[in-house]
Amino acid sequence: MELAAILLIPALASGFALLPTNRHFAAPMTVAATVVVFILASAVAVRTTHTGRVDALGQWLTCDGLGALILALVALVAMTAALFSWGYIRIRAGHSERRKEQHYYALYNLFVMSLLAVPILANVALMWVAIELTTLLSAFLVGFEDTPEALEAAWKYVVLTTLGAVLALLGFLILYWGSQVAGYAPFTWAGLVEAAPRMPPALLWPAFLLILVGFGTKVGLVPMHTWLPDAHSQAPASICALLSGVETTTVLYVILRLFPVVGGTPSLDARPWFVGFGLLSVAIATLLLIYVRDFKRMFAFSTVEHMGIILVAAGLGGAEAHLGAAYQMAGHAIAKSFCFFAAGAVATVFGTQEIAAIRGLVRFAPLTAVALTAGAFAITGAPPFAVFISEFLIFKAGIASGQYLTIALLATFVVIAFCAVMFHINRMTFSTPLGSVPATALPLSCSATLAVAAIPLVVIGIYVPPALQDLLHAAATAMGG
Amino acid sequence: MHSPHFSVIFSLDALTGALFLLTAIGVVATRQVLASLQLFIAQSLLLSLSALLLGIALGSPHLFAVAGITIATKTVLIPWLLRHTVSVEVYRTREIDRVLNIPSSLLIAAFLVVIAYAIANPLLGAVDLPFARINLPLGLAAMFLGVFTVVARREAVPQLLGLLALENGVFFAGVAIVPELPVIAELAAAVDVPVVALVVGLLTRQIHKRIGSTSVGRLAALRER
Repeated sequence: MELAAILLIPALASGFALLPTNRHFAAPMTVAATVVVFILASAVAVRTTHTGRVDALGQWLTCDGLGALILALVALVAMTAALFSWGYIRIRAGHSERRKEQHYYALYNLFVMSLLAVPILANVALMWVAIELTTLLSAFLVGFEDTPEALEAAWKYVVLTTLGAVLALLGFLILYWGSQVAGYAPFTWAGLVEAAPRMPPALLWPAFLLILVGFGTKVGLVPMHTWLPDAHSQAPASICALLSGVETTTVLYVILRLFPVVGGTPSLDARPWFVGFGLLSVAIATLLLIYVRDFKRMFAFSTVEHMGIILVAAGLGGAEAHLGAAYQMAGHAIAKSFCFFAAGAVATVFGTQEIAAIRGLVRFAPLTAVALTAGAFAITGAPPFAVFISEFLIFKAGIASGQYLTIALLATFVVIAFCAVMFHINRMTFSTPLGSVPATALPLSCSATLAVAAIPLVVIGIYVPPALQDLLHAAATAMGG
Repeated sequence: MHSPHFSVIFSLDALTGALFLLTAIGVVATRQVLASLQLFIAQSLLLSLSALLLGIALGSPHLFAVAGITIATKTVLIPWLLRHTVSVEVYRTREIDRVLNIPSSLLIAAFLVVIAYAIANPLLGAVDLPFARINLPLGLAAMFLGVFTVVARREAVPQLLGLLALENGVFFAGVAIVPELPVIAELAAAVDVPVVALVVGLLTRQIHKRIGSTSVGRLAALRER
């Protein structure tokens, strides 16, 4: 029943946001709704680790280990981003624009609902619709600032990701065709895994490639990534946290679901494709990280890099690499959303996103500076943060299975990316200030978000609670390793 | 199972497929925005005609539903939505300045059709479905032409129509390869497509209001410098 409530609550919250009430209603109501959703999602995640899977509404909704991990991550970031929005969107919308704020929260809740629906809808065709809705519902959130740049970003985002989604749709239709040829099987992930060995490889293969390329566009895999830095830099910081932190991961989750489907057919091997696409994304993102001039774009390229790392980890194969991939997904969602909150705070205080325009941050806004630096360390995989451990797990698994070249390349790029990000962050934080800066005060909700979001950021690198550990293992098992 | 007029229906579907491909090529090559919209409506009608023919041949009520949904959403609802979101000025636009000129666009279009047949062949070799022989390669070709339209056109509405033509191509293949797709999936897709048109139409309006043109292909403020 929790699964149905998880979808119902944001839908109701979206409607309430539009009620012609006091302008101070929509923001706290959204925060409250996302807190409830997070508690429910955590409960589902815990139950999944005990029972293997949770079904609801006569099996229309279902959730296994991998789905529960994504569900919990989306709910967590939706909660922190809602809290961040409270003060941040009030400044961005302008103090007189009540309608604009209400529209923001109405779309925000619907966008969150579509993200939550992806890992729990049992029917694969409906899941495709949910993914398509994540794009359509977030288009106006990306273009929220209504500047020419923001509208350009929103346009590219909608057109290119929809194009990708339609290619993926043909892939899913071919998969359904294959499962019909193989004899009747329900059009669910479990049904597809069951039917795959009896499907003609001539059908399974193009379906796999269409979905990999089509949804790879939305994940931001190189060379289909071109829209991603634009959308992830022009959207309000709270939306960037959702886009970069969990939307990409949610779509990557669908690609990872194909792994056990294709894995059942001996004549096909998905692994070289995963490793190839992953390494290419990591390599190009690393190069772009060196030359980047806008710090929100920098974190966007870091997302491309991380999606590549997770894909490589999945392609390495084996239980340990898949555990690394699951851990990396959790670490990335938590750290990247935190980075965008910090970046949004910096942009609010300084009124610019140019790396070159910000010097000596630590003297003007010491807490924000600490947050930005900590976020940068966490996302680039410095100890003691979670990404360090997950990357270590992935390297270890790759070496143990003798894939030295892949690991050598991956490790090189990860180290270069670390240096590039820290170089930019260091200049922003510590170098001599460029004259006096009119510092805008940071809204209370933004500081509060940084404090709240810092808790999981710091904790899961040092101590993984047993419940989360079980969840990560369950997710790795569902990935087929 | 098979209707007595199978071979007649088969030929009619082949004719529909040929016209379907022509409209897809038309969307690539037309300069006027309004003409592109009319071609898209014609293409959607041909898609529902093919669904209807296959529905008769296979005795499948699903496909009648597909035909009905397609007519309702793509030939009535979407043009209505676009007329109410995008201003008349945009429809009067003629695209003078294109990424590629029309002869080279047509050459690439022909090449894409050949590729579509090459890709469809191994699939058809694995599973023999009579109507898939017509609909799968032509649907793939329309799909590639849709991608090409999105890339080659600079105006907002033709890019959107390229996207919708791409979706038509996928469904043109879909009615033949998965005639028994659950109705819930068709309904969901039927909701999705008008939402695409609505969102992109509203975005076009906002771009027109803010930038004064809908030449989205020329927007290039965001890039690596």
